[in-house]
Amino acid sequence: MMSERLAVPLADWGDSVRVGLPRLVLSRIITMCLVELQKLRHDRTELITRAIQPALWLLIFGETFTRLRAIPTGNVPYLDYLAPGILAQSALFIAIFYGIQIIWERDAGMLTKLLVTPTPRIALVTGKAFAAAVRALVQALIVLLLAALLGVALTDNPLKLGAMAVAVILGSTFFCCLSITIAGLVLTHDRLMGIGQAITMPLFFGSSALYPVNLMPGWLKVFNHVNPLGYEVDALRGLLIGTPAQLGLDFAVLTLASIVMISIASALLGRLAR
Amino acid sequence: MSAPLAVRGVGVRHCFGDMVAVDGIDLEVAAGTVFGLLGPNGAGKTTTIRMITTLLAASSGVIEVFGVDVARHKLAVRRLIGYVPQQLSADGALTGRENVALFARLFDVPRARRRRIVAAALESVDLTEVASRIVGTYSGGMIRRLELAQALVNTPRLLVLDEPTIGLDPIGRASVWDRIVQVRASTGMTVLVTTHYMDEADQHCDRIALMHRGRIRALGTPAELKARVGPEATLDDVFRAATGDELASEAGERMRDVRATRRTAGRLG
Repeated sequence: MMSERLAVPLADWGDSVRVGLPRLVLSRIITMCLVELQKLRHDRTELITRAIQPALWLLIFGETFTRLRAIPTGNVPYLDYLAPGILAQSALFIAIFYGIQIIWERDAGMLTKLLVTPTPRIALVTGKAFAAAVRALVQALIVLLLAALLGVALTDNPLKLGAMAVAVILGSTFFCCLSITIAGLVLTHDRLMGIGQAITMPLFFGSSALYPVNLMPGWLKVFNHVNPLGYEVDALRGLLIGTPAQLGLDFAVLTLASIVMISIASALLGRLAR
Repeated sequence: MSAPLAVRGVGVRHCFGDMVAVDGIDLEVAAGTVFGLLGPNGAGKTTTIRMITTLLAASSGVIEVFGVDVARHKLAVRRLIGYVPQQLSADGALTGRENVALFARLFDVPRARRRRIVAAALESVDLTEVASRIVGTYSGGMIRRLELAQALVNTPRLLVLDEPTIGLDPIGRASVWDRIVQVRASTGMTVLVTTHYMDEADQHCDRIALMHRGRIRALGTPAELKARVGPEATLDDVFRAATGDELASEAGERMRDVRATRRTAGRLG
């Protein structure tokens, strides 16, 4: 039996809901983040499987290189130096492959359905990017827990931990939008998977995640300066273990890069709807 | 006074590169009716639907939904539309209730009314009992009904259904159409539907446009269309007369559309 609730009188139709763009963007961010949390609540296996790789980096690479003392990191033990880099890498891997989900949603008709809701493309992309950031943040908490268990001297300052969360969110937003941009260009899972795998390692090795910038050859230093992951790692290291960092510059670059990449991804989203 | 038009298209054309998918069609869908858009694969039905739902911009021509220009007021048009795409589009990782609540949020249904509206939408498609189950465990027919609930959550004036019963068994098809008929009777909303099933079009559509190679080849009530072909004619005969028995592949059928259709049918088992 049809419910009376849906039998809305004609007068109610056409009452366009007037919602400004900033409120729409905020509303869609909250909605997409909520959906991501609901998915994580229903199936936590991905969190566990994705924790294996950072655990191996910390346990094997970190412990071994700490003993080798092959990478000079000043007064900071190498494992402590490495932990923020692995945290950033973990968030990067989640965000950079988020475009695959967008292509899957396109193939399943979900994306077209989302695009027929009163959601501007920029709001949809921002919502998706923050949803990826929520997943990355949950993963980051697991990496932090692992690092703490391995004896890494992490800050317990709530302000610094909050700022760390912001850095992870901004970094994930940038890389998720980069992934959506590539998805909008290549349009297939296979191509995106190939490109994703081709760029993640250069981004990772071209940052200070594993070794200090002053050990890099000149050309790699230049790449590190244009690599947003480098700024994310610098911020995370400064906030979590107290190494010198240019936090103002790091957050400015991450914010600007995220805004630019959200704009580009939004412009290309329409290609996925054709 | 004549009934207001739910959809009005004048000289609507869309090209994919050199290929003309929709070739300058004029279209009028009266409010409160069920309008069927029929035709073989590659006829231009889905492209037409995509232009009406703001997903594609028309290369030329004008489309209005309840008098609102689709090209100039996309967001306003989207608030008038409920849309069910050809593919099975519910999120299998969420519960039925979460799927419907997602669209309630995306249509800015106020929080105070959201829970009741979501419950009503689920009730209207007879899915209340299974609303807490993960959608990945639903049958194809249940997912189609869930998608209908998602499309109804903003009480749309125009419900657009792109091959809503493709791949369903006869019981599933009947169940989906029962819900569509009930919803339309309760709300008076306009339904624009594409289908390959002539029996469904004959039974449920007030008017039909038969498309072929991007143009409307026949337009009228099912009875009118059949009478034009012969006294004993069926809609299948009308279809054959309009398309000239040409194979769908000759009509420029797109590989991606075929893949999507097969994928949907595959997921439905």
